[in-house]
Amino acid sequence: MKGLGELERSIMDIIWAQPSPVTAREVGRLIADRDLAPTTVMTVLDRLTRKGFLLRTRDGRAWRYEPTESRDAYVAELMLEALDLTGDRSAALTRFAQAVSGTEAEILLRALTELEDE
Amino acid sequence: MITAAALATLALVCAVGAWRFTRARWTYRAPHVAIVLWQALGVTWGLAGTGALLAYALEPYGQGVLQGLHAFTVSALNGGYGLSEPYTLPRILALIAGLTALTILVVVLLAAGWQTFRARHRHRTLLALVAREDPEVPGVRVVDHPGPAAYCVPGLRSQVVVSAGALKLLSPAELAAVLAHEAAHVRERHDLVLLPFAALRRALPRSRVVGKVQSEVGLLVEMAADDVARRYCSPRRLATALLRFGTAGAAPTPQGALGVSDSCSAVMARVERLVSPGPELPRRIRYSIVAFSVTLTASAPLLWLIPH
Repeated sequence: MKGLGELERSIMDIIWAQPSPVTAREVGRLIADRDLAPTTVMTVLDRLTRKGFLLRTRDGRAWRYEPTESRDAYVAELMLEALDLTGDRSAALTRFAQAVSGTEAEILLRALTELEDE
Repeated sequence: MITAAALATLALVCAVGAWRFTRARWTYRAPHVAIVLWQALGVTWGLAGTGALLAYALEPYGQGVLQGLHAFTVSALNGGYGLSEPYTLPRILALIAGLTALTILVVVLLAAGWQTFRARHRHRTLLALVAREDPEVPGVRVVDHPGPAAYCVPGLRSQVVVSAGALKLLSPAELAAVLAHEAAHVRERHDLVLLPFAALRRALPRSRVVGKVQSEVGLLVEMAADDVARRYCSPRRLATALLRFGTAGAAPTPQGALGVSDSCSAVMARVERLVSPGPELPRRIRYSIVAFSVTLTASAPLLWLIPH
């Protein structure tokens, strides 16, 4: 049995791959190889909804779930912060390097890599 | 009066010292030591500046700053009695200013800590959903994005993250160097070093000195991590990794108060000391600086405690 985080991730992947909102039963079917209890799927869907990653709408007696944002939107959000482009210069992350511009860096890079090749 | 004057002098010395210190270049030869000195200057400046105002305001109690604050609270609750000499307007103003400044410093620090905590929590949650493990780089989260990025999310369970763009950009040896650098950040908790300076920057966004100090400490932290990393990898690989990162990511420019030219010279300074390292600062001098920092840090709290 994998951790809850891993499960949340797989379920998000399934829902992201669907063109339209899905029910818990459909999610359970798509994840069938994992041999999960339906209640577990419901719990994870509920958690993801509470965290704001899923939107749910009533459909008869069941809920239909759809992602709030696309996967790419979350990747973009991570990268904005990672590249320090949010402009607030927070200390939340420690980054490896900032962007440099200019030919000086390129010349130096070429010189250093050529040195290595010899 | 002596305590107040001593604290005021100390605060002034720290402020002037910090301003001069932003231009010092020996710091590149001993970044770890320089970071200790910066922290000492910061703590002392805050405690001495607020302490000077409070020491002057609470002088009539004759019990020092800390005991004086206690006596003031007690007498204020009892209706303002218990003073041998009456309060004058300058003392009242100094008391208000001192307490306000102290409150602002504490609140700003707590707010920055809280905000950082929230930002990291959000970042971790998103990573859990979209980052993947890569068998080629065990223990590292990979985000599928073409832009070059390598960073760590510090905390009790810190995570090192690289983008797919970075994996493509770097050779295996360069990647190892980058990961050694990030591991050094994690191990030495550099995020905690940066936090108070980022908080101060938030409190005084217009101050150019504070801005300079923040980027200087930021650069020293990077150099400290470079120094640790070079023990485990080739410094030249680390240098080429830095340059590859810098030149590949040249398209987007940070919108912060500091322009690209500033971050550019910072990266070049790191490359330069990786490729041709200067002589290390003599041990004698390094120890003296650390001893001085410890003395400085202890001085303000002592002055808060001693009675007039």
